[in-house]
Amino acid sequence: MERQPVIEVKNLVARYEEETIFDRISFKVYEGEIFVVLGGSGCGKSTLLKHLIGLIPPASGRIRVAGCDISRAGEECFDDLLQRIGVLYQSGALLGSMTLAENVALPIQEYTELPKDSVNRLVKMKLTLMNLGDYADYLPSQISGGMKKRAGLARAMALNPEILFFDEPSAGLDPVTAAELDNLIIHLNETFGTTMVIVTHELESIFTVAHRIIMLDKRTKRIIAEGDPRYLRDHSQNRFVKQFFNRLAGDTMHPPAQEA
Amino acid sequence: MNEPEQRSAGGYRLEEDGRGGVTLHLEGPIGVSDSAGLIKRLDRSLTPQAGGTVAVDLGRVTYLDDYGVLLLSEIKMSTLQKKADFYLQNISHEISKTLSMYNFDTLGRSESFRKPKRANVLTRLGEATMRQAAEAKYMISFLGSVCFALLHVCLHPRSLRRDETYTCMQKTGVDALPIVGMISFLMGLIMAFMSSVQLQQFGANIYVASLVSLAMTRELGPIMTAIIVAGRSGSAFAAEIGTMKISEEVDALFTMGFDPTRFLVTPKIIASVIVVPLLTIFSDIFAIMGGLIVGVFTLDLTANAYIAQTIKTLDLFDVLLGFCKSAVFAVLIAWIGCLRGFRVRGGAASVGEATTSAVVSGIFLIILFNSIFSVILRYWE
Repeated sequence: MERQPVIEVKNLVARYEEETIFDRISFKVYEGEIFVVLGGSGCGKSTLLKHLIGLIPPASGRIRVAGCDISRAGEECFDDLLQRIGVLYQSGALLGSMTLAENVALPIQEYTELPKDSVNRLVKMKLTLMNLGDYADYLPSQISGGMKKRAGLARAMALNPEILFFDEPSAGLDPVTAAELDNLIIHLNETFGTTMVIVTHELESIFTVAHRIIMLDKRTKRIIAEGDPRYLRDHSQNRFVKQFFNRLAGDTMHPPAQEA
Repeated sequence: MNEPEQRSAGGYRLEEDGRGGVTLHLEGPIGVSDSAGLIKRLDRSLTPQAGGTVAVDLGRVTYLDDYGVLLLSEIKMSTLQKKADFYLQNISHEISKTLSMYNFDTLGRSESFRKPKRANVLTRLGEATMRQAAEAKYMISFLGSVCFALLHVCLHPRSLRRDETYTCMQKTGVDALPIVGMISFLMGLIMAFMSSVQLQQFGANIYVASLVSLAMTRELGPIMTAIIVAGRSGSAFAAEIGTMKISEEVDALFTMGFDPTRFLVTPKIIASVIVVPLLTIFSDIFAIMGGLIVGVFTLDLTANAYIAQTIKTLDLFDVLLGFCKSAVFAVLIAWIGCLRGFRVRGGAASVGEATTSAVVSGIFLIILFNSIFSVILRYWE
């Protein structure tokens, strides 16, 4: 079966001031896939995510998301694209002056024609799915970190986007909640065929959810591994990849350059 | 038996059997873009009779998400409201999974949102009073802890964070000099213009110098400077401490064994007390310069005469009075700014409120204390 790539990154170069973060990296994400971006701390995982959702324009290279070239400024399809993607930020990024229900209702009211009662009912459904049904009228400052994350997911899912981006979804969650979130991710992926791009370094959830991963490397600024995480764990020749998947301490934080 | 009556539209088809039973055949995907239109159209066209039935046939639905579930629950609720029966037909495995995920069976039974009830006047009045009392209590306890912190710094001068104090002095004082100078200069100019109109009629041009210098050094110089500092630095103190409060930096300081008041507030108060009086002196000088320019260019006074009159009018007491006043204002501005910062709870909006309130209460305190000074001086002199 020929699968369609929904995200295509070609020769992406990212730079902060003088510091290069990635040097000509290329990869594809296919439709309906759970794609995980891995790497040690500070290798630019979150930077890559910000490039994919158009928050940072690339220094050079091309990024196509759902048929829209977001690497070129002023593309008309970009506004349309934003309704077709959802992003879960690290700490939820809920608007502090609105209740959870208002946060989730915000994109629904803006982009659909649903009558007000239906919006409320839908919001209630979405919050209940995230186990937050009783907290609809709470402000973000009144709930815990894990709840904020789930409410953030409810908001990211508000318009049932084609592509969902997650920035460290299980960071700061207890194992039970993290596992529940993983199940939810798998369930949403199976039910709605949503493509998921996840940035994380939680080993447990990588093996549970990931269909395919790429691993970024801080030193070479390239992708050092790509494929099925279970296969890579057992068969990769790269020392850093092996250390990462088997949770071994490295001699330094930096992996040796390209042994494979 | 009647022939089934059929109507069709994009995405659905209605079939009535003539005995109060309606079958709704839904087709294709039902998602974000389809459900709003379907809900509106079905609201008009689907009118079951009491005692009838509505059957929804999902056999040809290719995709159903929570927007689809919402559509079904809307139909279900309006059907049940009209005392008709509701059931689903031809539910595929996929769809039944989605339905159970959103607890379709129980949807609509519970009221979706509870409306926050507005308490009655007495309760609200009581709550407001309690809030104000708590606020006043906090204010007093904060005042106490600031006094202790300042006392501690006086006894152990090395415990003061020097670098922080210098930075704060620069931000509050040096960086404010251009705007303080500019505004004072223009104030002097305006006062000289306004008074010259009157004084010229009596040939008392030279007293413009007295008026400008006395009014500025005793009253307006300290007040204008303090108001500018309240706007620039009082707000900055509140925003800085408020943001630190939200991001748990204040808690971190506390658990590291620092007294947040001593760590954050004393450098700000000490820096303000040092630089605001200096700013006031500059303000006086600039205002006198403004008056001088008006005097020389429109009142035919010589610069020498103007300056001599200014010196004759002012005595050391006037300058020192302005100096002391502005030191008091400086303490008030820094104190209220930090206090508002520490009262921040919640999120970004609360920081905004704290900043506003720091400036407003800062200006209020400046004017209040200036009045107190005036009353005291009236009986003292």
